[in-house]
Amino acid sequence: MKEITEEAVAITIEKARQMRRNIIKMLGQAGSGHTGGSLSASDIVACLYFWEMNVDPANPHWPDRDRFVLSKGHAAPVLYAVLAEKGFFPIDNLNSLRTLGSPLQGHPDMRKVPGVEASTGSLGQGISWAVGMALAGKMDKKSYRVYTMLGDGEIEEGMVWEAAMAAAHYKLDNLMAFVDHNGLQIDGRVQEVMSPLPIPDKFRAFGWEVLEIDGHDHKQIMAALNSARTVSGRPTAVIAHTIKGKGCSFMEDRVEWHGVAPKPDEVKKALAELL
Amino acid sequence: MDKQATRDAYGKALVELGSLYDDIVVLDADLSKSTKTFDFAKKFPDRFFNAGIAEQNMMGMAAGLAAAGKVVFASSFAIFAAGRAFEQVRNSLAYANLNVKICATHSGITVGEDGGSHQSVEDIAIMRSIPNLTVIVPSDGVSTRQALFKLYQHQGPAYLRLGRPALPLIYKDDMDFQIGHGIQLRQGHDAAIIACGAMVALALQAAEILAAEGIQLSVVDMHSIKPLDKDITVSLAMQTGAMLTAEEHSIIGGLGSAVCEVVSENYPVPVMRMGINDVFGQSGTPDELMQHYGLTVDKIVQNIHLLLKKKTK
Ligand SMILES: Cc1ncc(C[n+]2csc(CCOP(=O)(O)OP(=O)(O)O)c2C)c(N)n1
Ligand SMILES: [Mg+2]
Repeated sequence: MKEITEEAVAITIEKARQMRRNIIKMLGQAGSGHTGGSLSASDIVACLYFWEMNVDPANPHWPDRDRFVLSKGHAAPVLYAVLAEKGFFPIDNLNSLRTLGSPLQGHPDMRKVPGVEASTGSLGQGISWAVGMALAGKMDKKSYRVYTMLGDGEIEEGMVWEAAMAAAHYKLDNLMAFVDHNGLQIDGRVQEVMSPLPIPDKFRAFGWEVLEIDGHDHKQIMAALNSARTVSGRPTAVIAHTIKGKGCSFMEDRVEWHGVAPKPDEVKKALAELL
Repeated sequence: MDKQATRDAYGKALVELGSLYDDIVVLDADLSKSTKTFDFAKKFPDRFFNAGIAEQNMMGMAAGLAAAGKVVFASSFAIFAAGRAFEQVRNSLAYANLNVKICATHSGITVGEDGGSHQSVEDIAIMRSIPNLTVIVPSDGVSTRQALFKLYQHQGPAYLRLGRPALPLIYKDDMDFQIGHGIQLRQGHDAAIIACGAMVALALQAAEILAAEGIQLSVVDMHSIKPLDKDITVSLAMQTGAMLTAEEHSIIGGLGSAVCEVVSENYPVPVMRMGINDVFGQSGTPDELMQHYGLTVDKIVQNIHLLLKKKTK
């Protein structure tokens, strides 16, 4: 159990701010991509990579590393931002997002980018990868942990619940799933399009330990990460209440910011808010 | 030349059809703004159902609605409609021979920046292999509208393959679209190009360039991949003795394969297949990707030259 110090929290908050700035810049440069869901996930992803996980940028395939699978693969910019910030590749490479020949594909490609653990983008599939990785960890008696992040629209996929069933069945207490509960998908609010609510009860019924937090409060995120380590015999789901587009006032909780990139003037406006 | 994306023509035609026929129901899987079923949803909210991000369930619901007498149009991106829900399409829709029209947008590499995970280059192959399923790949907005009206009248399941980017309009509004009948757009005896979707407009441009060189081509819009127009295919093989197929899809299993099956069994002549050469797509603009994978007017011209050498051998 790691102590949650003011110092540690200051570090992850600063990293999340840098990541958000880079997300805005790379998307502005690319001219397309998924802005809202990258920003809602930034705080959790920052805490994972700068507080919780054991990874080595110099040795991305180190067998004992912790693993993070971005099941909501369209939020690739948040993953690229954290990997660059962590030193897996130069920050400058972020400018090549979504361009022909770039390793930074519109959706994460594990064969092209060091540190990307799974090729995702087709919603629902990443959590199953995470189950497989956690299962392999158990088989090999390794102590690494596996983390995944799902969208609250993504959990409408039946496959997510097949994976949830398997994770509990195989008692994968080395697995942790975050649901980025920002309340929005493409066609509108999740309750209006196809309600996945209540989310905590569903995971509980499937045999998971369930926590609910504010997904932008770094202390709460860290406390959840600590608490999951004390759970044995079952996986932990963290339902993280978040705001889509968090950090840029004109994007926050706006459905139209799901799959569009900021234009040059919007990039300026956004960066001015992320000082 | 005016341009329109086939998905835009689809969205508009769906509203027209909805006004004419009460038994039409439309389903989508959280992509209605991109697939363009959104306009139907606004106009006929009681006949539109969003399945959420659950393509397999959407196809299953479509089966139930069709079994209860509705004519269902179900949309998502091609990768998810044909890919994720393949087995539901096969067993719930086609095996049961139900009246569901799968209208899949964002097919092929012109999806663009989203990258290889979202670029379906296999859907024609897998849909074509399913019994009972009609497979249509329209080449412009006008023929997309006509195809939709014909599919409404057609009994049974169908797969309509649509695209993201705007394409040149090839046809006039009174064009005659018949399922199972290719449309001959140009007549020439040196070689034939059989194309579908985005490649038809490019084939016409290439034929123009080659005509200036004295090479006369036949060009056919083979929108109907299944049933394939066997008569026109065999007669073109006889008339020209050399064929080039062109599609924004893998060279394995798509239009090229369908043409080869017919030609090799009936009147073998050299056939050259243009398409994606058994690789995945990647991020880039639609135009850059068409260049990168060699789906261009220049490449068609080059390939016709190569084909003509094979023919004279
Ligand atoms: C299987 C599948 N179906 C559809 C899509 C298209 N799609 C991309 S993002 C998205 C909405 C996701 O909403 P959510 O999971 O809530 O993500 P977030 O709000 O965190 O961005 C959809 C439908 C997809 N990528 N995969
Ligand atoms: Mg969401």
